Amino acid sequence: MWKYIRKRLFLAVIILLGVSVLIYMLSMLMPTDYIDRQTAPAVANGTMTQADVMRLKELYGLADKSFFGIIKSYLRWLGGTFTGNLGFSFLFGKPVATVINEYMWTSFILALIAFIFETAISIPMGIRAAVNQYGGYDYTVSVLAMVGTALPSFFLAALLMNIFCIRLGWFPLQGLTTATKIFAPDAHFQIFLDKAWHMILPSIVLILLGIGGLMRFTRTNMLEVMNLDYIRTARAKGLSEHTVVYKHAFRNTLIPLVTTLSGTLPGLFGGAMITETVFAIPGIGYTALRATVQGDIPFIMGYNMFLAILTVVGMLISDLMYMVVDPRVKLK
Amino acid sequence: MTDNKKAQGANPRAQEPKKKSKYTDVSGIEIIADENFRVMSPGRMVAKRFFRSKLSVIGLAMIVFVFLFSFFGPVVVNATWKYGETQVFKIERISSMVTTADFNAADGKTYQYYDESQSHIYFKAPISGQHWLGTDTSGFDIFVRLMYGGRISLTISFLVIFLETTLGVIFGGVSGYFGKWVDQLIMRIVDIFFCLPGLPILLILSATIASIEAIPPEHRIYYLMGFLTLIGWSGTARLVRGQILMLREQEYMMAAETTGIPARKKIFKHLVPNVMPQLIVTMTLGLGGVILYESTLSYLGLGVPFPRAAWGSMIALADPSKGQEILANYPNMWVPAGLLIIITVLGFSFIGDGLRDAFDPRMKR
Repeated sequence: MWKYIRKRLFLAVIILLGVSVLIYMLSMLMPTDYIDRQTAPAVANGTMTQADVMRLKELYGLADKSFFGIIKSYLRWLGGTFTGNLGFSFLFGKPVATVINEYMWTSFILALIAFIFETAISIPMGIRAAVNQYGGYDYTVSVLAMVGTALPSFFLAALLMNIFCIRLGWFPLQGLTTATKIFAPDAHFQIFLDKAWHMILPSIVLILLGIGGLMRFTRTNMLEVMNLDYIRTARAKGLSEHTVVYKHAFRNTLIPLVTTLSGTLPGLFGGAMITETVFAIPGIGYTALRATVQGDIPFIMGYNMFLAILTVVGMLISDLMYMVVDPRVKLK
Repeated sequence: MTDNKKAQGANPRAQEPKKKSKYTDVSGIEIIADENFRVMSPGRMVAKRFFRSKLSVIGLAMIVFVFLFSFFGPVVVNATWKYGETQVFKIERISSMVTTADFNAADGKTYQYYDESQSHIYFKAPISGQHWLGTDTSGFDIFVRLMYGGRISLTISFLVIFLETTLGVIFGGVSGYFGKWVDQLIMRIVDIFFCLPGLPILLILSATIASIEAIPPEHRIYYLMGFLTLIGWSGTARLVRGQILMLREQEYMMAAETTGIPARKKIFKHLVPNVMPQLIVTMTLGLGGVILYESTLSYLGLGVPFPRAAWGSMIALADPSKGQEILANYPNMWVPAGLLIIITVLGFSFIGDGLRDAFDPRMKR
């Protein structure tokens, strides 16, 4: 088992190296970066010359856009990354790692709320749908699940905003805090309530979008298990249908569920770019979108690598969980 | 041999009563037998199972509707009214805003202050007989723009899926068949592409393309398709490789091996056709995914450039960061586009699901 883990970790490092090369090449291809944008007015009115701009870029290793120049600055970036220095974000004026750490938690809380509700709603739904395969409940739930996966997040968000924020006025439209309210610094509970109030609609969007996939995954796996021989044995033994479904069948359905769900856990830190942007929630996704549009190359690199690491770790966790949950699996 | 040709040339069904069917033996002798069984090709069996499911028929109807709407619709509009997606209509209407306020005057009575201001608006016309869904903030007819937006979305999705599948089949096929270091190499490349964060990368690429002036805006869409393919092909390659690893060990492949045909033929003639069922299902389901990606990019303003219509950019009009007016008062501008996206994606997933069940020999229904 340790040999397997070592091998996987080695592969993970190779994958991440490949990903970093690709992302670095791509982001260096962006024709205008943050420095260009910031210095453009100064260059236009003559207080700065193009040579000054190039000197500034030289300082950050972004000047040379030739192939070897990119390789050189990539190696510089890579060297920094190994010593834990992801570079300095132009847009925020702070180290990239600090910025990510600062905004990540809002996204994580939002995603965690959505994750808990999704799991709690969709797994029982999937089981019931599988038990009544081709019944009325199965059809209704399956169709609703597919509608959920077909919804573009920004459209669902706009619909909910139109109904609940503008027509009914129940929830605030955007942001994470009410800008017009001033709280006493020790009024933690009120601040918490205010934030929670702002988080309701975004988390509803994430939940509605996520339920469909998980419900159908549960249903498919449950159907597979329900056709196995040992379920027939359990029924022949005279067990109640409830025991057969929830004690015998569900335990085996848990294997793929636990492995997949644990694999998605790291992804919770990655942020929901579109939903956060529509609701202007200052999470990592919204921040990254702004940074990308503005050409903040160090942050783009750091964020994308962060996402790639989350994906790789997720895959690793789900493989290892498979071994933990299912004793039949022996990994080599 | 002549007999044989005759039998093929004349339509046997037309001559015989329906219960009989005519076969031509290997030796060329015609056999007429009572038809107490029905011969069905696997394709027809799949079709029959597919059409038996209500959901897949509904999905098919939805897709046919969207296709007619977006490919046939513009032709009709162009022929009858002679305008396209970027025709500006200035429809004048007067919007009056009334403000009232009470105030206590010096004489102790309460007076009402009444003010009515009028402004002329040329755009954002309401729903009318001429413009079924009104006009948008630039004076374009929304209904017609929906058609052109659908054209873009459907074209992109089909081309992207086609490219993705081609790449995936080639890489997955080669990787699964040859194994060893070829497999290792290709699969590591696939892993790298699989771990690329999709949306952020698309953002970077689209921003790059949008700012290169040498590329005319109307060509941006082709680059966009390339990027979407780049993000998506690795999934197909994995699927094909997995299936081929399994099929490679089967006995018919041993038989193919003994005939001594080249590897290229073994892969693409004997292995890939057996992956087709799964591939078709994934392709159908993938179409919806590409449409969602494309509309997200258009929503962010990085897809099809402005004067041209896209469903995503039509919904972007309702973005509350740009003001609440359209979100609150003009649902005719953004709700239909969203509904069309849902109909299209849902239609593809119904069809994909129906196909999956139809291809599955274990399904008895």
